[in-house]
Amino acid sequence: MNEQASVPDTDPIIRFDKVVKRFGETTILDQLDFSVARNEIVTIIGPSGSGKSTVLRILMTLETIQEGLIHVAGEPLWHELQGDRLVPASVEHLRKMRKHMGMVFQQFNLFPHMTVRRNITEAPMRVLGLSRAEAEALAEEYLQLVGMMEHADKFPRQLSGGQQQRVAIARALAMRPKIMLFDEPTSALDPELVGEVLSVIRNLADQHDLTMLLVTHEMQFARQISDRVCFFDKGVIVEEGPPEQLFTAPAEARTQAFLKDILARG
Amino acid sequence: MHWIDYLPPLLQGARITIELTIYSTLLGALAAFTFGLGRGADCVPLRWISVAFIEVFRGTSLLVQLFWLYFALPVLGQWVGLDLRLPPMVAGVLALGLNIGAYGAEVVRGAVAAVPRSQHEAALALDFTPRQTLWRITLPQAIPEMMPSFGNLAVQNLKDTALVSLISLGDLAFRAEQIRNFTQDSTTVYTLLLLMYFGMALVLTALMRLLERLVGRWRGANAPQGG
Amino acid sequence: MLFGIEWDTSSNWAFAWSILPILVRGLWVTLQAAAVGFLLAALLGLILAAMKGARLRLIRWPAKLISEFLRDTPLLAQLFFLYYVLPDYGIVLHAFMTGALALGLQYSAYMSEVYRAGIEAVPRGQGDAARALDLTPARTFIDVVIPQAVPRIIPALGNYLVSITKDVPILSVVSILDMLGVAKIIGDRSFNYLVPLTLVGVLYLLLTLVSAALIRMLDRRLPKQGVPLR
Repeated sequence: MNEQASVPDTDPIIRFDKVVKRFGETTILDQLDFSVARNEIVTIIGPSGSGKSTVLRILMTLETIQEGLIHVAGEPLWHELQGDRLVPASVEHLRKMRKHMGMVFQQFNLFPHMTVRRNITEAPMRVLGLSRAEAEALAEEYLQLVGMMEHADKFPRQLSGGQQQRVAIARALAMRPKIMLFDEPTSALDPELVGEVLSVIRNLADQHDLTMLLVTHEMQFARQISDRVCFFDKGVIVEEGPPEQLFTAPAEARTQAFLKDILARG
Repeated sequence: MHWIDYLPPLLQGARITIELTIYSTLLGALAAFTFGLGRGADCVPLRWISVAFIEVFRGTSLLVQLFWLYFALPVLGQWVGLDLRLPPMVAGVLALGLNIGAYGAEVVRGAVAAVPRSQHEAALALDFTPRQTLWRITLPQAIPEMMPSFGNLAVQNLKDTALVSLISLGDLAFRAEQIRNFTQDSTTVYTLLLLMYFGMALVLTALMRLLERLVGRWRGANAPQGG
Repeated sequence: MLFGIEWDTSSNWAFAWSILPILVRGLWVTLQAAAVGFLLAALLGLILAAMKGARLRLIRWPAKLISEFLRDTPLLAQLFFLYYVLPDYGIVLHAFMTGALALGLQYSAYMSEVYRAGIEAVPRGQGDAARALDLTPARTFIDVVIPQAVPRIIPALGNYLVSITKDVPILSVVSILDMLGVAKIIGDRSFNYLVPLTLVGVLYLLLTLVSAALIRMLDRRLPKQGVPLR
């Protein structure tokens, strides 16, 4: 049962319409309707296999969809308009759409053969066509933001997990996306490194006009920064609403069971 | 004759051997990357050609390939009305290069496949084109993986150059055979021959190890890790 | 005419068809040379491997040097050395044996590496467990280490057998009538090198494909954890 979140009258920046995603025989997303408003901060929670990471991966064009329609910033994502017909998206269209989004991965995925600085400047230079000077200025801006300026000339292997993830965030931000996707950004970190990454994300949430979509198990954190929390299970949104409401008074039984389980495990 | 007197002609031969090794290694590297990457390309004809190339040149004997290029190709040329007689140097470089290239192609393919998929996803997320991803992200990470095997192939190539003496190219082995024919002093000549190849191989191995270290600078002592 | 078989030069196809039986004779020699060379290599490799693992440096270092030397020098040079030098010192071998010996020496170095790699791949813990169970070193080696090293060693040995087969044509230099030696004679006498050499290439390709399939089959049937002992 989808509870329509109150959507402001400006168009949603992300809209999923009856999206179906299958991996072979398994249905991961089942007629999913989902939308995110501009500058909204949405956290997706749920058991593994519920399809939460898949939503992010589909948005980042890492996965395709079998049925349904997705709109990002008003334009279709996996389709494009030819005349007045919708056809599957061409490579050029996908490349254009990708620029709206930036993604931070659970395993950071920094380029090991490049320094921190180069990790951040490479895409702006090669993809956006910035000059070296412009790209490096950009890199410095974001390195300051995530507090990694003094490590600019180090290689990823010389950094801790938390430091690498902060660089990864800077790298994604340097492409100036409108939407930031965080796929379990702290799940691969040792507990004592989680805080530094979360505070960077919180900083982003507070100060910058970014739409943010997070998948995370950090419930406290989700509660603090989200405008809306969605509980996913078996490929559909079971329940969604403001964090206060979802965490303290979940309406659905499945939500309750999940939250109890998560909180029990600490 | 004293063994010292054997040195000048042997060194002349060694020069040819080194030239041969350099040219064929370069050709081999080109073939290895072309067909190794072509093996996994989206373009189906390229893929088939790559597979065919690799299978043929790995599946037949190098000497047979060399003799085919030197003896059989001209006959084919006669049939189609072209002069396809290759000078021994060209036939040698071609046979050696293509042969070592086929083995190298498998090394390239394996190393490229070993680059984690997550790297490609990160590149896609940053909107790199497939070509940019290949040249800037995948290959730089794959090449250090290839180096140890390339080192072995380079030495193998050096050893293989000896076969060109059989199509009368004046390399080290050919010169040695000439001297032996003249002096009948088999022991000295062939001992020198083996020692000279051994020496060249050791130098080549050292060079390859140096190259291996240069290319893998960003890896440091361990493989990259995180978290 | 070779081996008493005439060839037919009326057309290229007839030519090819008529020399095929001659080439097959050569193929038989090729296989024999490869087999003998392989056995020698396997044996010599075993000795080298044992020496390389010895406790005494006096044994280990020469073994490593010899191994490196054999790996880094061309088969052709080693063959010439054996063929021309040995008779000077009173050792007269049939050309076939000289060739097989050259193959055996060259590949013994590679084989010894295969043995060592296979044995080293057996987890350390196995040796510890055996000691805890009070098995003697000999028993440990025979009953615990070798059965587990075998699944890794056999496919590698198989691949080297294929490599040896591809190196046999080099032996034609000392007048051994393998496939290439035969093809060259046919070519010399008929002035048509194209047909015999192409046929040899095709035969080699078939040989390689069949061997690859056999090795894959062998690899599949060998349990990864080790040869089962009853």
